[in-house]
Parts: sequence; structure tokens; C-alpha cells
Amino acid sequence: MSLVLDVRDATKVYGVGETAVHALRGVSLQVEPGDYVAIMGASGSGKSTLMNIIGCLDVPSAGGFHLDGVDVGGLDDRQQAVVRNRKIGFVFQSFNLIPRMSALMNVELPLAYGGVKPAERRRRALASLELVGLADRVNHQPNELSGGQQQRVAIARALVNSPTLLLADEPTGALDSTSTLDVLGIFDRLSAAGRTIVVITHEPDVAEHAKRVVRLRDGRIIEDTRLAPVDGLPPRLKEVTA
Amino acid sequence: MSAIEIVRFAIRGLAANKMRSALTTLGILIGVAAVILLVAVGEGSSQSIQKNIAQLGANTLTVSASTQGGGRFGGQQQQSSGPRTQAKALTVDDARALADKAAAPNVTSVSPVVSANSQTASYEGASHTISQVVGTYPSYFEASNKPVAKGAYFFNDDVLAARKVIVIGQTVAENLFGAVDPVGKQITITGVPFTVVGVLKEAGSSSGFQDADDVAIAPLPSVQQSLTGFGPLNQILVKAASADDVDAAQAEITSVLDQRHGIGGAVSADYQILNQATLQETVSAATSTFTVLLAAVAAISLLVGGIGITNIMLVTVTERTREIGIRKAIGAPRGAILGQFLVEATLLSLIGGLLGVAIAVVGAQFTIAGITPVVVPSSVVLALGVSVAIGLFFGSYPANRAAKLRPIEALRFE
Repeated sequence: MSLVLDVRDATKVYGVGETAVHALRGVSLQVEPGDYVAIMGASGSGKSTLMNIIGCLDVPSAGGFHLDGVDVGGLDDRQQAVVRNRKIGFVFQSFNLIPRMSALMNVELPLAYGGVKPAERRRRALASLELVGLADRVNHQPNELSGGQQQRVAIARALVNSPTLLLADEPTGALDSTSTLDVLGIFDRLSAAGRTIVVITHEPDVAEHAKRVVRLRDGRIIEDTRLAPVDGLPPRLKEVTA
Repeated sequence: MSAIEIVRFAIRGLAANKMRSALTTLGILIGVAAVILLVAVGEGSSQSIQKNIAQLGANTLTVSASTQGGGRFGGQQQQSSGPRTQAKALTVDDARALADKAAAPNVTSVSPVVSANSQTASYEGASHTISQVVGTYPSYFEASNKPVAKGAYFFNDDVLAARKVIVIGQTVAENLFGAVDPVGKQITITGVPFTVVGVLKEAGSSSGFQDADDVAIAPLPSVQQSLTGFGPLNQILVKAASADDVDAAQAEITSVLDQRHGIGGAVSADYQILNQATLQETVSAATSTFTVLLAAVAAISLLVGGIGITNIMLVTVTERTREIGIRKAIGAPRGAILGQFLVEATLLSLIGGLLGVAIAVVGAQFTIAGITPVVVPSSVVLALGVSVAIGLFFGSYPANRAAKLRPIEALRFE
């Protein structure tokens, strides 16, 4: 089975000489399809750098990175845009919805850039919003939605292109506990449905939902714990669906 | 990502900041309207000047003695440079020779002209200094485009008999007669009585420097007898058959006069021919310079409007850096971002341009500074084209900057 994510001995250095900062000092990480991985670490541990590399927003200084079998480092600007569009669904801590565009428009946006026809686009965007339980809020603009609702719109947007990998960066960092549970519930159900998810977080509560927890410190992986089998259900699915 | 989609994004982007978009548009609007309107004013004034020149008498050629060739008016002085001994003045015989159909087939009429300047005329108690008293033949009226409003012209009989009849201009009529009908009355010019037979139609003083209505026209011999003496003619007014024949007529006049005056070889002409068409060309050259100058001033305001677009688009790009980052993170290719901002800039300038054309066309319906503007279609096309080009040109820098933003940096931007 081909790996969704295959990072091999990746390093990332910012700056040069004495002021050089080694954000990653040789990280290798393989993620199989259907896995639900939480990457944990304190701030400065290199987890954001790793997430940028995985999300094709940045390239490692050295080492290889394959996403769904494609060597991303060798792609040009245009091809990278296509990879971001088709293979990765992003969920950010600060939602990052485009203001003054309705929830539906926001969700349609990746499809628009992917060249999907308007009717098909609308159908898929509505289905995606339905999945996150926001079918009744499709015409609201981001500033008319609560934080939890905005994050659900962002998840719908990340899912709308059926990406190979759902990548979430502190998805619950800006949410209250109720909304956090909503979002984690959605992730658990997606994982149960077979979606590959990578969550970057520093909260143990969030990491406990994953099937596998990877800890980073000072740019290295110091711990890699499996909580549930890759083809099994996420460990706390029952709680969130109860 | 279709083109329509990009345009939709662009419109959405502009609509998000209506006030800013409207003000930026205003800059282009003023520029385009100014270009079209000022060119229209230039064209309008050029056309009105052309019309005035045409009023002076189309198809006419004025032959006058030249100050350059040899001595003047039959003088005996020797020219140091040439074999020519003397310059001949224009005479009535010259005029007769020009009227010869065989020698000058394109000439319709020939009017010898003598004129006396600043002659005092009086009628009963009133007196007026006529700036020009002209002695000529009846054909002069038609050739110089001077119709009568009241009374009649004088006739060839009057010329042959040297009758003291006169046709006066409006200014003369008003100053001497006021409300009284001048026709049939007798006026005296430097003591010589003339009977008024007609009053010229008002020409209007629109030509500016000289009051075209302050004239009096009498038969040639009458004026020679009483005012100027039987010296040389001041000029000969020649009318060509049509505007197309003016050049041919001019050539014929030249050959006739060259022969009569012994011009040729090293001897330079002792007369000159003034062609209305040449005058018109000179004036149009001057007015087109004027129009270009106006257009240049307007073009500067268009340029300023263009810089306004760059400025506002740069602000927009900075303000929306995060949005650009989001779009890139979800897979917007560089071209889509570039297209969106470029279309935004172009839309701003296009809308401004269209509104500018509308305002200019409305504005051209009014008289501006006494000139009726004439909208030149090519200026409309040019101004619109330039405004769109300005949008593309001045929008490309900010748009490129947006497209080149790296997604992680754009996303981190607060």
C-alpha cells in the first residue's frame, strides 16, 4: 500500500551561519492511508515547520518529501498549487475563511480553482456543508457565524475536494470546549469513514482522539505512540458520537 | 478557473470596498472626460475658425504687389543683384489680362481693388471714420463673399460712368444713419458726395482683429478720382471656378503676370498670390497644435488617475495579503491571483473610462467659453483604450506582487 505521507530525514534551517535556526533536525514520518495522526510538541519544537512542509507551503532544506507518491520538492509553482488544491485539505487555527463571502462561496472556492463546473460545485459544496452540520447556514458570511461554525465551514472547505490528506493546524486552539468537541467529533467520524488526518496540536485532550501520537522536541521526533490500529476506529469515537 | 470566474472574483473584490473603488474610478473618469472634452473644444474652435475663413470668400485668390521683388510701384531704382531694372505695379491692364478666358480658363471673375484707409465720412451732422474704402468692380461682392442686406450692388455701368455710388457696411450705416434707412441718402467722404445704394449684410466681427463691417465699397474709377488717385492697384481679387480649380487658377495667374511683368530666370516675382486654402492650412496647423496642447494637459490627468489605480491596488493587495495566502493555500494558481487583481484594476479604469466618455459627451452639448465643442470619435476610442491600457499597466505591478506572495508568509501576515 502506498503511503499518503512519506517524510524522509527532513531538515529545515532558517537563516545562515551563527544565527541559523534548525527548526527540523532530520524528521522521518510515514503515514498510511486511513491513519489519524496527532503531531504534538511545545512551541518551538518544529511542528509548525513540519506542517508547512507537509502542506506544500514550504520545502525542506534537505531530505525527501513524498505526498501520495509524488515528490513535491520537484514540482514547480503551478504544480504545487494543483497539489494543494487536490491532495490537501487545510484547516487552520484561525479558520481563515475569506470575509464577505458566504459559507457556500467559501466552500466552493477550492472547486472553482480546481475548474469544477458551477452546478457540480454547488452540489458538492452543499454536501460538504451538510456533512459538518451547517446545511442551514450556507448563506451566512463568516462574521455572522460563531467560531465553532466558522471552523466547521473551514473543515467543509478542506473536505470539498476529497483530498488525500486532511491537515489541521491547532484546529481547536481558538474554540470553546463545546465547539472543540464538535470539531473533534467531526474528525473522529471522518477518520472512522477512512479519511487520512494529520492534526498538529499541543493539547493532550485533542491528541487522545488520534490513532497515533507523534511528539516533537527541538526538531526531532522523540516519541511515536500508536493508540489504535490504522484500519480500526479512533479511540474516542464512542464518546463524541454518544 | 474560467475567465468569467476571475471577473466575478474581481467584481466581488471591488464591491467589497465601494467608496475606495468609486474614488479611484473618479480619477480615471476625470482624466478621460478631460481628454475628450478638451479635444472637442479644440476641434470646435478649429472648425469655427475654418468657417470664418471660408466666409471671407472661398475659391478666391488675392494678388498683391510684393515688397520683395525689385523696386516698388514703378520706381526707377536699380536692384543691385539682378538684371531686372524695375518692379511693375499691378494695373487695371493686369486685371484685364487675367480676365482673358483663353489665358486663364479657370478664372471666373477678376476684381481690381484700390483701397483708401481711414476716410472720414459724414451724413448731415454725423461723422464716422471708415477704416477702409474700397474701389472695385461689382464682381468683388461675390468674390469676397459680401452680400447686401438692403438696397443693391452697383453695376458695371456705374463703373464705366464713374458714378459716385457706394455700398456701406453695417458699422458705417449704424454710425452715420442710426435708425434711418441709408439707401438713397447721400454721404460725403473727404468732401466728395457719394449716394448710398446698398448696405452690406453684417459679417460679424468674429475674425477678431478687424471689424469686417467697417467698410464702404464704391466703383473703382470713382474712388481713384476722389480718394486714391490713378496709381497702382492695391490688389486684384480673383475668383476661381471652384475650390478644386484654385490651384489651376493660381498657376494661370502666375504665368500671365510673369509674362506681363517680365518675370523669369533670375528675376523674382514682384507680386504675391494669397491663396485662401493656404491660409486655411496654416490656421489648421496652428489650431491642431492648440488641440494637441489641450490633449496633453488632459493626458497628464489621465496619467495621474492611473497612478491612483496603482496606489489603491497596492493598498488592496497589502490589505488582502492574508486572503491571498488563503486562496493560495487552497490551491489558487499564480495565474488566477494575477488575473483577479489585474481584472480589478482594469475594471476600475474601464468603468471610469466609460463614465468619463458619458460625461464628456453630455458636457459637449454645452457651449464652453464661446466654443461649441465637437466630439472627435477617435479621441473617444483613444481615451477609452488608453484608460484600459492604464488599468493593465498600472495594475500589473500590484497584481504581480500579489501573485508572487509566498503562501506561508501571506498566511502569517496580520
